[in-house]
Amino acid sequence: MFSEFLQYLFTGITIGATYALIALGFTLIYNASHVINFAQGEFLMIGGMATVSLTAMGVPMLLAIVLAVVLAGVLGVALQRLAIAPAKNADVVTLIIITIGASIFIRGLAQLVWGKEYHVMPNFSSDEPIQIFGAVLNSQSLWVLGVGAVLVAVLVYFFTRTLTGKAILATSMNKDAARLVGIRTQVVLMLAFMVSALLGSVAGIVVAPITFTSYDIGIILGLKGFVAAAIGGLGSGMGAVVGGLALGVVEAMAAGYLSSDYKDAVAFSMILVVLFFMPRGLFGAKVVERV
Amino acid sequence: MFKNITRRASKFAAIAAAGLLAMNVQAAEPIRIGSFLAVTGPASFLGDPELKTLEMYVEKINEEGGVLGRQLELIHYDDAGNASKARNFASRLIRSDRVDIIVGGSTTGATMAAAPMVEQAGVPFISLAGAVVITDPVKKWVFKTPQTDRMAAERVLTDMKERGLTKVGLISGTGGFGSSGREQTLAAASAMGGIEIVADETYGGSDTDMTAQLTNIRGTDGVQTILNFGFGQGPAIVTRNYAQLGIELPFYQSHGVASDGFLELAGSSADGLRLPASPLLVPESLPADDPQKPVVEAYKTEYEARWDSKVSTFGAYAYDGLMLAVEAIEKAGSTDKAAVRDALESIQGHVGVTGTFNMSPEDHNGLEAESFRILEVQDGSWKLIN
Repeated sequence: MFSEFLQYLFTGITIGATYALIALGFTLIYNASHVINFAQGEFLMIGGMATVSLTAMGVPMLLAIVLAVVLAGVLGVALQRLAIAPAKNADVVTLIIITIGASIFIRGLAQLVWGKEYHVMPNFSSDEPIQIFGAVLNSQSLWVLGVGAVLVAVLVYFFTRTLTGKAILATSMNKDAARLVGIRTQVVLMLAFMVSALLGSVAGIVVAPITFTSYDIGIILGLKGFVAAAIGGLGSGMGAVVGGLALGVVEAMAAGYLSSDYKDAVAFSMILVVLFFMPRGLFGAKVVERV
Repeated sequence: MFKNITRRASKFAAIAAAGLLAMNVQAAEPIRIGSFLAVTGPASFLGDPELKTLEMYVEKINEEGGVLGRQLELIHYDDAGNASKARNFASRLIRSDRVDIIVGGSTTGATMAAAPMVEQAGVPFISLAGAVVITDPVKKWVFKTPQTDRMAAERVLTDMKERGLTKVGLISGTGGFGSSGREQTLAAASAMGGIEIVADETYGGSDTDMTAQLTNIRGTDGVQTILNFGFGQGPAIVTRNYAQLGIELPFYQSHGVASDGFLELAGSSADGLRLPASPLLVPESLPADDPQKPVVEAYKTEYEARWDSKVSTFGAYAYDGLMLAVEAIEKAGSTDKAAVRDALESIQGHVGVTGTFNMSPEDHNGLEAESFRILEVQDGSWKLIN
């Protein structure tokens, strides 16, 4: 009985950590520009697919990972420069629609370059699962959790302790005022897209051994990541992490104790319940709109 | 001088002969074979090998002199797996291309969308799609070459019973293939008797972890074996989770994952699992007296030599469809649609790649569940069990 509960919990936390990493990427760009970047899932895909194809070409795993992350970073900058920046006076909704277009474009490109098959990536460390009180934990789950924790710590430090991080926050709060105090807002935006792409690609790489990877893996993972970010309160790093983990655990518990048919329904009703009682999410900033 | 004249004369003769030949070819109209396939789009893994197969065998048959002394002409469209496109193309094949027979329809959706038009116009139609609804109830003009998911379920349950496993835990994908497979498995189990589905779990097409469902099945009282009915990457994840959880029960998959791609994804965790599949996966382990052996081997060699890519079960459906069409036209002695249809319905003992077809007015598929071979994965490759 207890071992089953533990198994559901492990499953939930692993998926949840993935959602949390994706949600963090949403949070970052949202913080800088109030844009919800729906191409976030594609960064995830680029990370996984580039690593797989580079290792298949004989590049050592570690170098392949670095190159894939760099590729995603370049793509993030390109996305901001070529798609978002030219429409700088457009309102947020237009920008969001642009990111949807960009994601379809990137996915199409990936399909042409890498084909439509699913690909495997080997576990970073041993394939042997770890036994804990009768439940098993994939060793890769520890990697997901560990990398996730490190990334969160780095992000917290970045936003609270560094000038660049504060510049991003300042830009998100008031673009004009930020410009008045000498922050180059276009550069800040570019930076936000780059960091978010790096984050997404790292998430894509650490989860690829668990989920496999393919050109369209970004669609559903991106969507779940967005749900996690919304539950946690868009813009809150803590919220993204808690939202992601909560979503994953609820999904796994629903599949285990209720019925696997209702798993997704339970997860998506969660967003309704949370947003109904706490419209800004669990950790959303209490912002008052001035009229 | 004399030499010159003979040379000229022979040239004239050659031209005249060529002219005569050309007239002959003109006199015999080609037999038009129409096709609509999902060559691009999400189901392109079906349509692509199917089209390649049709193209290469139409070419081959033409080189060998055609059918009834007439050449074959393949007219094909790409429906991208879209049912409404399939319907339009079927209508174009019938009305403007005036084809003699249709071999196509990669997906069940495309086939069912085209079926009413075909029925109305009275054109023989051999579908390449799986679901049981295509030929049950029987439609006058519609035939199909792949086995149904019902047969796959029966084949698996029979194998389980033979091993003394009667309490089955079922896990299936929620996609079209998985949910239809689930229904057919439940129906087959209650029709066969003596075997019981004790757990019934599902997973979504894009789910990335199924350990919760598998833990549930493992915890079910008395479960002796587990069957996964699904398609795509889902079953590979189930297989991996199965190994990670260390479940010792015998494990079965459906024919939906009978491909080398699945082995690559699932890796060593697939060892020991069984599934029903086409003999095309294991041509070399078929016994020498197996009537299908030469057909399967020839198709595999010719396809791989021509296209430089691995042969697939789906291309074989197109091979069987084309060969059934050719046999029916030869039997009918003309391309008269009603005669071809009647001939198609009376084909007996046609040995194809997928199985041996015995058509009848009640059965427009003509295959038995036994045409599926039970394979087991051993050390990362397929092994024929029976």
